[in-house]
Amino acid sequence: MERVPIQLTVNGQPYQAEVEPRMLLVHVIRDVLNLTGTHIGCDTTSCGACTVLWDGRPVKSCTVFAVQADGGEIQTVEGLERDGQLHPVQEGFWEEHGLQCGFCTPGMMMTAVALLQENPDPSEEEIRKAISGNLCRCTGYVNIVKAIQYAARKMRETAPAAAGIAGGE
Amino acid sequence: MIPGPFSYRRATSIEEAIALLQQYGSEAKVLSGGQSLIPMMKFRLAEPAVIVDINRIPGIDTIQERNGTLSIGGLVREVALERSPLIRQRYPIIADTAEVVADPLVRNLATIGGNLAHGDPANDHPATMLALRAEVVARGPGGERVIPIDDFFVDTFTTALGPDEILTEIRVPAPPPRSGGAYVKFERKVGDYAVAAAAVFLVLDEAGKIAGAGIGLTNVYYKPLRAVEAENALLGQVPSGELFRAAAELAAKAADPTTDLRGPAEYKRAVARTMTFRALEAALSRAQAAS
Repeated sequence: MERVPIQLTVNGQPYQAEVEPRMLLVHVIRDVLNLTGTHIGCDTTSCGACTVLWDGRPVKSCTVFAVQADGGEIQTVEGLERDGQLHPVQEGFWEEHGLQCGFCTPGMMMTAVALLQENPDPSEEEIRKAISGNLCRCTGYVNIVKAIQYAARKMRETAPAAAGIAGGE
Repeated sequence: MIPGPFSYRRATSIEEAIALLQQYGSEAKVLSGGQSLIPMMKFRLAEPAVIVDINRIPGIDTIQERNGTLSIGGLVREVALERSPLIRQRYPIIADTAEVVADPLVRNLATIGGNLAHGDPANDHPATMLALRAEVVARGPGGERVIPIDDFFVDTFTTALGPDEILTEIRVPAPPPRSGGAYVKFERKVGDYAVAAAAVFLVLDEAGKIAGAGIGLTNVYYKPLRAVEAENALLGQVPSGELFRAAAELAAKAADPTTDLRGPAEYKRAVARTMTFRALEAALSRAQAAS
């Protein structure tokens, strides 16, 4: 069986692995690196539970082969907290009750982080459009939108450094 | 779900990719954005023995307009089309189309070349490219060939591309004066394929009559459909609601949708009619604003 060596930087940490070409990025993240915060929901490119940032862009990690990402930088939900401090997006989901069962939350937050890096002051419509590839079956999205608005406010008010995430620039 | 095993080859030039396709023939599949191919491989609907990854080939991800032609590289991602000021200002029909492909996460990877080369009548860009009379540039062992869009879509999931050819570029004629286009899609939810969608491109003459018309329909035929009779009904006419209703009716007649989870065939035909009418109105208003 063909195995390919790959290098990934995940949440700022370099990793090397040998993977079968058919191994999906989400499986490397969860099963090889044991970063199980990234969830597998639908497994069919629909729900966005597996969203991670690949070189800064939110993508569905169930629909990327790990070999494709060789040399790339991956950010997962585990990289959001820094020095025991929740990322403003995590704080927003906490304060505004942006979740119920929590299954979609890691992917939803990664999409939110990417949105706020590009657009620090999104309108409600821009938020709803940005998260339209992330499905939540519990909340009805109202509190998720509030959580992202909370994070946007917080990030604008605090030093720009707080907006970064571990390993990301 | 785990795809079947395959051998992975990362091409760093077009020539290398073509050589790999020549070597492996129909065993090989080109990996572009992967947002259709990888799901098909997970369902084992596709089990290529070799994947040729073209994502690191430089020079095929640019959007530029020169000498009266818009050139879009095959590797241009949907997100780049959505955000391109050139596309938004000069080719809003293409921006309309890109921003309703799947969802924002998929659009960060999905490419326009893949959207066309997949040959899926449910994909969005084919209808728009039919309406715009685009050309597809294919590179193969014998060099480059230019395929008119009308000859490109052969059958469901089948295009005019040979097994050793790569779609490198899409060419769209620059918009003439007094022209405008729009893509209007009806989908059950973000991320779904169209129940039906219509792309319309109109050119007006100095008197405001319709001098040119292109109409493409999504997901209502076994392949992307150009509604030629509806186009012809518009030519030389003064735009009006009555005219647009008649043309939309002709477009709906050309459609031959199938009954599935998105609805019965009769309903989809009605949606195709409504989408065509709305796209005609939107295209007209852009054409008039451009005059």
